[in-house]
Amino acid sequence: MKRIKTIETKNVTKTVKTGGCGECQTSCQSACKTSCGVANQKCENQNNR
Amino acid sequence: MVHQYKLNGYNIVLDTCSGSVHSVDEVAYDIISLFKNTDENEIVSTILEKYKDLPDVNEEEIRECIEDIKSLENGGMLFSEDEFEKLAYDYKNNSQVVKALCLHIAHTCNLNCSYCFASQGKYQGERALMSFEVGKRAFDFLIENSGTRRNLEVDFFGGEPLMNWEVVKQLVAYARSIEKEHNKNFRFTLTTNGVLLNDEIIDFLNKEMSNVVLSLDGRKEINDHFRIDYSGKGSYDTIVPKFKRLVEKRRGKDYYMRGTFTHNNVDFTNDLFHMADLGFKELSMEPVVCPPSDPYALTEEDKPKLFEQYEILAKEMLKRKKQGNPFTFYHYMLDLKNGPCIYKRITGCGSGTEYMAVTPWGELFPCHQFVGDEKYSLGNIWDGVTNTSVQDEFRMCNAYAKEECKNCWAKLYCSGGCAANAYHATGKVNGIYEYGCELFKKRIECAVMIQVAQSEEE
Repeated sequence: MKRIKTIETKNVTKTVKTGGCGECQTSCQSACKTSCGVANQKCENQNNR
Repeated sequence: MVHQYKLNGYNIVLDTCSGSVHSVDEVAYDIISLFKNTDENEIVSTILEKYKDLPDVNEEEIRECIEDIKSLENGGMLFSEDEFEKLAYDYKNNSQVVKALCLHIAHTCNLNCSYCFASQGKYQGERALMSFEVGKRAFDFLIENSGTRRNLEVDFFGGEPLMNWEVVKQLVAYARSIEKEHNKNFRFTLTTNGVLLNDEIIDFLNKEMSNVVLSLDGRKEINDHFRIDYSGKGSYDTIVPKFKRLVEKRRGKDYYMRGTFTHNNVDFTNDLFHMADLGFKELSMEPVVCPPSDPYALTEEDKPKLFEQYEILAKEMLKRKKQGNPFTFYHYMLDLKNGPCIYKRITGCGSGTEYMAVTPWGELFPCHQFVGDEKYSLGNIWDGVTNTSVQDEFRMCNAYAKEECKNCWAKLYCSGGCAANAYHATGKVNGIYEYGCELFKKRIECAVMIQVAQSEEE
């Protein structure tokens, strides 16, 4: 595509079937303690990558 | 849902539901903004008129771009449908496990910071230290309620947890002694002001804690304005050498140098740069949590300055990375390839359900920010959650629980936001803390821009 460059990302929609194991870190535990950000949490499920 | 914005010379298009990120030129940017509500021939004429001075923008080019957009739409990477709302309620309703505790090991502190949300560590109550027996029961409670979840997190929090150091050590030893038989993996974190750090403590933390959060507000004059001891002496000179030693000996394990900014240092990037210049590379800086009447509360007038600061930070991080001297910022650490699944994105931090805070007396609260507010007492570590109506309120918190969130492009990055922030700002756990939302959205825009810039350089 000439005018559009798509950055490589995980397709979130596809994780409806593969996600939900719950093994990932609780977002608030790591650093902020005063806000809720989930996008910076790593996925722990190798099958979900 | 699509969100378009321009930042640092990049034209960025986010497709909220698929998580796709596109970096586009001006022409594609305009076509995408017209695409859903404008007839194709009208798009062509509008774009031709706007870009009539550019020779490469002709009808054929424009139609080609429209076809590219259609192909992205058909591939589920642009204008993807939002079909997650039901999942959000179902997932949280069906999940009964507890996987993380914030252990209030010490409701006391050796610093006297007036901006502390925990009222100098006391959480509006009496000073207290958690006993080993209470802590041990908290670990048993966690294991009993964690179901098949293997990774369990415990944050030693306060007040200042190092004021109850012997109990921290005993509890870590206890947890390590039982984790294998229960097929669990404990991940410990500890949040400290650094005053009591010594070599013995540093070595133990670096061995046992998967992450340590080190509190420093940045420049000496900024840090020492709030972070003072009971004689009024600033903590900077005491803690910085100790933090340096801890980080040196940490050998690459995670840590965060975490600061708080207030109305007094709206130019907080200078504090982050100061930390980076001291040699700390994993940084976090959070807006102060306080009533708007406090003199150091962030104001409406501060907001545009803060937006600018987040942009300055993103650009400086790109620059330093190029120079081979990078640092990370918690809110900019997006992992676009291996980030969270949809369930994490719609259900959020899990406060009050899979994440709870435990007081020194074993009382349970939805999270550390609700401790001391008796309305939100959930129960205790012996009897479990008995106040199920409060828990149900938290079970309802998700990215779709508020009308304002349903149509917000950022909802899958914040999951509907922090319940405590919402409560403090509006009196309702499910309220909207608009100021926080605006800062959050700015941070995500900057974080994505960094990813785009880095991919352009590859």
